[in-house]
Amino acid sequence: MGTLKLKDVYKSFGPVNVIKGVDLEVRDGEFVIFVGPSGCGKSTLLRIIAGLEDATSGTVEIDGEIVNARPPNDRGIAMVFQTYALYPHLTVRDNMSLGLKQAGRPKPEIAERVAFASRMLSLDDYLERRPAELSGGQRQRVAIGRAIVRKPKLFLFDEPLSNLDAALRVNTRLEIAALHRKLNATMVYVTHDQVEAMTLADRIVVLNGGIIEQVGTPMELYNDPANRFVAGFIGSPQMNFIDAGLLGVSDADTIGVRPEHITIVPSGGDLTGTISHVEHLGSDTNVFVNCEKAGLVSVRLFGEHDFEIDSERALKLDPARSFRFDRDGQRLR
Amino acid sequence: MAMSGARQSLGRSAAAHAILITYTIIALFPVFVIVINSFKTRKAIFRTPLEMPDAESFSLIGYQTVLKQGDFLLYFQNSLVVTVVSLTLVLLFGAMAAFALSEYRFRGNSLMGLYLALGIMIPIRLGTVAILQLMVATGLVNTLTALVLVYTAQGLPLAVFILSEFMRGVSDDLKNAGRIDGLSEYRIFFRLVLPLVRPAMATVAVFTMIPIWNDLWFPLILASAEETKTVTLGAQVFIGQFVTDWNAVLSALSLAILPVLVLYLIFSRQLIRGITAGAVK
Repeated sequence: MGTLKLKDVYKSFGPVNVIKGVDLEVRDGEFVIFVGPSGCGKSTLLRIIAGLEDATSGTVEIDGEIVNARPPNDRGIAMVFQTYALYPHLTVRDNMSLGLKQAGRPKPEIAERVAFASRMLSLDDYLERRPAELSGGQRQRVAIGRAIVRKPKLFLFDEPLSNLDAALRVNTRLEIAALHRKLNATMVYVTHDQVEAMTLADRIVVLNGGIIEQVGTPMELYNDPANRFVAGFIGSPQMNFIDAGLLGVSDADTIGVRPEHITIVPSGGDLTGTISHVEHLGSDTNVFVNCEKAGLVSVRLFGEHDFEIDSERALKLDPARSFRFDRDGQRLR
Repeated sequence: MAMSGARQSLGRSAAAHAILITYTIIALFPVFVIVINSFKTRKAIFRTPLEMPDAESFSLIGYQTVLKQGDFLLYFQNSLVVTVVSLTLVLLFGAMAAFALSEYRFRGNSLMGLYLALGIMIPIRLGTVAILQLMVATGLVNTLTALVLVYTAQGLPLAVFILSEFMRGVSDDLKNAGRIDGLSEYRIFFRLVLPLVRPAMATVAVFTMIPIWNDLWFPLILASAEETKTVTLGAQVFIGQFVTDWNAVLSALSLAILPVLVLYLIFSRQLIRGITAGAVK
């Protein structure tokens, strides 16, 4: 069991307000990801949940109990850090068992839980090694193992994949997804990488400037963003924002269209421009079209396409998948 | 191109070595002269001070005098006790203060850091009179405790300053991982943080230890009684107003180098890592 409830959480460091009123409920067994640009307060929020920072005001509830006044080791949480944070002087086995030893658990239970975690993460061959003798991916697996061993109500991940190289990141991502299915545990995960958020999360919490912009499943955020910030943050390449006047729309300030919802047509269309750059990715082709006043518009085409640089083309926007935003960036529905 | 590059760097490294070797010779020369002359007869010391001792000039009379003086073993013991105890206290309290300054946010944190670092710039000897009055009032004159207290105060500013810089570099995640695992702040300090700043500790140890071992001022003023004399003060016995027993002085000084040399060798491996840590990383 593990539910989490944040009620009206504020955090300030001196005169600087970092978290400006966050309300959130996480259900049992849910995988929730906090995503946002750097400095948006997502890590601070995670640290408040962990008890490593005190909230200036508001309450944190884990499993229905208010834990504001409890130390981190007493909250039933486990945390995986970006820099792994393994104890350099202890072996893998001791790294994983330290928390339980500290809690005074009987030895057989500790041994059994360590064995369970190491089997799950294929760490059996490394149990007697020290962190310095392991690769980056192995170290992160040990850090995850250290979390599993605690059998927490709540797993907290603080950008766990940021220090890994691209290939390893994809692998570890899959492992974390598998882990979530196997353990059926509640997980809160912080990342600045929207791809990680989209691929792992049950629900995504988009944070910006210390407030929650929107909470929703990955597809809700993609198909139905609440405002311009969320629309721009989710999806890659980024959504195009075009001045509504240029498209002949009078009841909105900006029109947002995702690159995959624009097609290149021989003539007619909503905008014209010259091709300035083409990226060939094999499965897709990203075309960047310079549309004078509308600026650089990116178009994502599926499959392989060839365009001559500097040639003139017309663009057709899919009206059904365009979003209208007002002057403040709020979505007009 | 590659050749000239290599040659150029060869020339440059030769120059660098020449400078370093020159400096080493200048630094070691007085020590060398003291050590060779301590093995010579009095006549040879004055007639040919720069020559190595030979069959004719070799003599252990200085060492015999020093050891016959009898109390010298006690002086050594005093010096060692004062140095080791002061060093331990400086490292312990310095590291603890540095941890608090680097780890905890509290009002006046940076002001406190500045205040603690002020002692680096103000020589403690300026307060000699006040210190002496204090020691007289507390009845600590002519005890080793007086020296230990003064040296601990003298060593702390630099220790706090250097160690807090290094402790800021210790990963926050590691300390937080310890907190989540339920380690107390003391265990986080002793088991996680201290081992990681060991090179810095060694640096501080060397810079603290040498001035304490070599100090003549405070032993002379605060602890000049026979039973609390340190080696540097003990060696003064042989320096008279009219006659100085140079054999004994030189032998005593040569002997005084040994313990501090041993301590230095223990710390030096870590010391080099401490000095270069900022530069290479």
